[in-house]
Amino acid sequence: MPTVSVKRDLLFQALGRTYTDEEFDELCFEFGLELDEITSEKEIISKEQGNVKAAGASDVVLYKIDVPANRYDLLCLEGLVRGLQVFKERIKAPVYKRVMPDGKIQKLIITEETAKIRPFAVAAVLRNIKFTKDRYDSFIELQEKLHQNICRKRALVAIGTHDLDTLSGPFTYTAKRPSDIKFKPLNKTKEYTACELMNIYKTDNHLKHYLHIIENKPLYPVIYDSNGVVLSMPPIINGDHSRITVNTRNIFIECTGTDFTKAKIVLDIIVTMFSEYCENQFTVEAAEVVFPNGKSYTFPELAYRKEMVRADLINKKVGIRETPENLAKLLTRMYLKSEVIGDGNQIEIEIPPTRADIIHACDIVEDAAIAYGYNNIQMTLPKTYTIANQFPLNKLTELLRYDMAAAGFTEVLTFALCSQEDIADKLGLDISATKAVHISNPKTAEFQVARTTLLPGLLKTIAANRKMPLPLKLFEISDIVIKDSNTDVGAKNYRHLCAVYYNKNPGFEIIHGLLDRIMQLLDVPPGEDKGGYVIKASEGKTDEPNPELVTVSGGGYTLFFMKLVILIWDFRKKGR
Amino acid sequence: MAMHSPDSGSGGSGPGQDTLSTLEAAMADGPVAELLLRRLEASDGGLDSAELAAELGMEHQAVVGAVKSLQALGEVIEAELRSTKRWELTAEGEEIAREGSHEARVFRSIPPEGLAQSELMRLPSGKVGFSKAMSNKWIRVDKSAADGPRVFRVVDSMEDEVQRRLQLVQGGQAEKLGEKERSELRKRKLLAEVTLKTYWVSKGSAFSTSISKQETELSPEMISSGSWRDRPFKPYNFLAHGVLPDSGHLHPLLKVRSQFRQIFLEMGFTEMPTDNFIESSFWNFDALFQPQQHPARDQHDTFFLRDPAEALQLPMDYVQRVKRTHSQGGYGSQGYKYTWKLDEARKNLLRTHTTSASARALYRLAQKKPFTPVKYFSIDRVFRNETLDATHLAEFHQIEGVVADHGLTLGHLMGVLREFFTKLGITQLRFKPAYNPYTEPSMEVFSYHQGLKKWVEVGNSGVFRPEMLLPMGLPENVSVIAWGLSLERPHRRLRDMGQSRTAHPP
Repeated sequence: MPTVSVKRDLLFQALGRTYTDEEFDELCFEFGLELDEITSEKEIISKEQGNVKAAGASDVVLYKIDVPANRYDLLCLEGLVRGLQVFKERIKAPVYKRVMPDGKIQKLIITEETAKIRPFAVAAVLRNIKFTKDRYDSFIELQEKLHQNICRKRALVAIGTHDLDTLSGPFTYTAKRPSDIKFKPLNKTKEYTACELMNIYKTDNHLKHYLHIIENKPLYPVIYDSNGVVLSMPPIINGDHSRITVNTRNIFIECTGTDFTKAKIVLDIIVTMFSEYCENQFTVEAAEVVFPNGKSYTFPELAYRKEMVRADLINKKVGIRETPENLAKLLTRMYLKSEVIGDGNQIEIEIPPTRADIIHACDIVEDAAIAYGYNNIQMTLPKTYTIANQFPLNKLTELLRYDMAAAGFTEVLTFALCSQEDIADKLGLDISATKAVHISNPKTAEFQVARTTLLPGLLKTIAANRKMPLPLKLFEISDIVIKDSNTDVGAKNYRHLCAVYYNKNPGFEIIHGLLDRIMQLLDVPPGEDKGGYVIKASEGKTDEPNPELVTVSGGGYTLFFMKLVILIWDFRKKGR
Repeated sequence: MAMHSPDSGSGGSGPGQDTLSTLEAAMADGPVAELLLRRLEASDGGLDSAELAAELGMEHQAVVGAVKSLQALGEVIEAELRSTKRWELTAEGEEIAREGSHEARVFRSIPPEGLAQSELMRLPSGKVGFSKAMSNKWIRVDKSAADGPRVFRVVDSMEDEVQRRLQLVQGGQAEKLGEKERSELRKRKLLAEVTLKTYWVSKGSAFSTSISKQETELSPEMISSGSWRDRPFKPYNFLAHGVLPDSGHLHPLLKVRSQFRQIFLEMGFTEMPTDNFIESSFWNFDALFQPQQHPARDQHDTFFLRDPAEALQLPMDYVQRVKRTHSQGGYGSQGYKYTWKLDEARKNLLRTHTTSASARALYRLAQKKPFTPVKYFSIDRVFRNETLDATHLAEFHQIEGVVADHGLTLGHLMGVLREFFTKLGITQLRFKPAYNPYTEPSMEVFSYHQGLKKWVEVGNSGVFRPEMLLPMGLPENVSVIAWGLSLERPHRRLRDMGQSRTAHPP
């Protein structure tokens, strides 16, 4: 869940009133936000780097607010304020308009070289904008939040914002060999080739995370103006030439990416949020994007979509009884301008370009429920009549667990993931013989494979509890995983029972006795001739469906363990 | 393994042992008590229990036992508890006093031609000694050596200050060390300040050297001979702890799992099969209408499999419907409008939630005509690609409840949740709007924590999206409400905070 950090006083000023921390927390809760932390820059620095470093930092109170991952329109102060003000019916939702420029429209031409690396681009212009330091910071911060969330760390979409007055269109979005790209990037004093930049940014804590997106591609994406000035090399860095400042008045915004839908959403969000500060509030100047096939499109889309939902559907899904008029009012408070039409039961809802999260009637139902107040909904019990059944394997497991404890053994709970060493080398087995499933991306060696036997977990438990008085009598009943090409995913769980007896004296008869007890409980007689159980020395095979007893010696102690594979036939036959 | 809590083990240390040692001491202290009384008779005013132990060449604890058993007889002796503090070496401290500090041992083990760092680190003193010797500037590392980093001596000889100081303490001259030096050694866990509790014993008002021994246990012989009538018996010590019964134990977390199972069964919920840790991305994500670019599908968050890397079979006509819903929409949805890839759906992983098992169960339900309402639950392991620390586990247990029926409402979901949490003893609930990719509406469940004096999240819930249910083939007017929580979290919240994770060495 993204966290947005806003200055409290600035927020209250924009909301037109102040709240106590508790009141604001309550408002957030109701609206589906979470006031995660109340802090200040000073506090953050002092927590991370100590009091000395924090000395000069600002102690302006910051609210850190958790925003639902699909509400890109709430990722900045401007959006939060607009959302909350509409929710509290203090303002009407603004209408965003795309306008044609007085002069020539800004053009971005995509060449076909981009097709293989980053094929999509959209653009727009914010005309006559007025920044302050706080607005500017918010503008930069919103781009960062979008990059981290919907843009999937710039992999799907990357945003570039430029001072249009330093550039001259039309612009060209193309892809070139890295050695052929040379420009002065943001915050550098001289020009570098793209190859050099990729090397420099390897040590840049912020940018190094994005390099992999284009690093091994033969061509890098790049945007030029008509004079050959580099606007940006997406998704890595912008050019220094067109950098925006607090004083910038006209902004050219380009979003490039691999996901066209998301690029359009990102552009819509930026322009709807910050057109508030344009001379003509909430208007955005169109830009034309020409695709390699010659087709040209105008952006931003700023599309308003109409949806029709019946009032009784909303009432039925939420479990309330509100009039259509009231429901339309509730929805309007959620930034979805709605009115009752037709037979008086039909609600027409206008989905604004800021609400890309509304893709189905169920999303509209949820917003009606939020505005109604989740905690105002009458709780009722469904009349669903059902007879409960236990999963037979779990039922047997539960029965055995209690009897194992009654037999004096203590239950342990160990991880299902472990290292290759744990299930192979340490048990004298070859890893290929274990038929284990292997994890491709573990962060540590502790999670290389799923266990093929419960034994390593029990042994580790003993190792960690050597201070405890002897004997240690432990057991676990849980699942192990074995590759199996007969299942749809190619692997299968087996339920195992494993028990260990750890003492200074050998105690084979103790673990043997436990096995006899289990068999007695399962009503399996001893002796092969009676169709019962026999004990055989193990050759270290883990998927053997027979109970097996093995001795492991070492460290002066003798340790006996028993492993029992619980098979489906056990409980089916017994019908327990 | 780290989840195994030692408090479930058989009690041996702690209170149980105290009882044993008191009993043993009481039985063995007859001769000691006699000695003590005789010395006391000869003494001038009184004697110190520690000094007496030293003179008699026995454990101090044995003398203390005798003092206590004499005290129990009434006014025979008077004993006053005194405590004195002194410095003692720890086991490691004694080793160093004997063999030199780790850094000195490291220094001595380096020959003039140097030693490979990897080899040095394998020495028993390697790790600690290396860093100390480095900071003392006794040794240096040459990182450019051909066969890996190599360690050389910097000085020809050095003074092992640590050893010298420890030897001083050992010789009873701890006061010769400054406060700072002592505290430094204490921080290195080489020195410990111990408090010695001794008794100053003097004659009581009923002092006598001849005492009759009290019986501690009633024997069959005493009963048959009737001698018990004339024997004095030692009173029971009710303040001591009893000996814990010999028994096995169930794991505390799994006991909570049993409680949750019981609650679901009481509420008429049927248990879903969840015995497949390995799942395809399709069932884990795509079937739940979770788009292929969703961050949860990132390598950073999910364990993917190298072998078997891909699912072998998927229900292809259902897959087609899922693909269409993601990429183009349908069933009243706009869809996510992106290129859906089968390869991505085939990728195997360790399931990140048991909702994948719920999806399978609902799909099976959808194939059965006509539709019958169901209530399902599951409790099983799920996996996340995390590095283990105090607040993150790479695997934990998810609890999930699902109800599928015609015309279920959000009010129904809240009603079921209220009953469920009431059975857990949680009665104060409230609901917060939330976002989950596969439920809409979604609500987080909060309960008021009396101890923390605030609302804490106890679960997540919602109504499954039509984009998930309709491609499965469930009828349009059937709603499915669901909720999930982690077994570990309420376990911790229901008990005292911090109880559930007992740290174990890896």
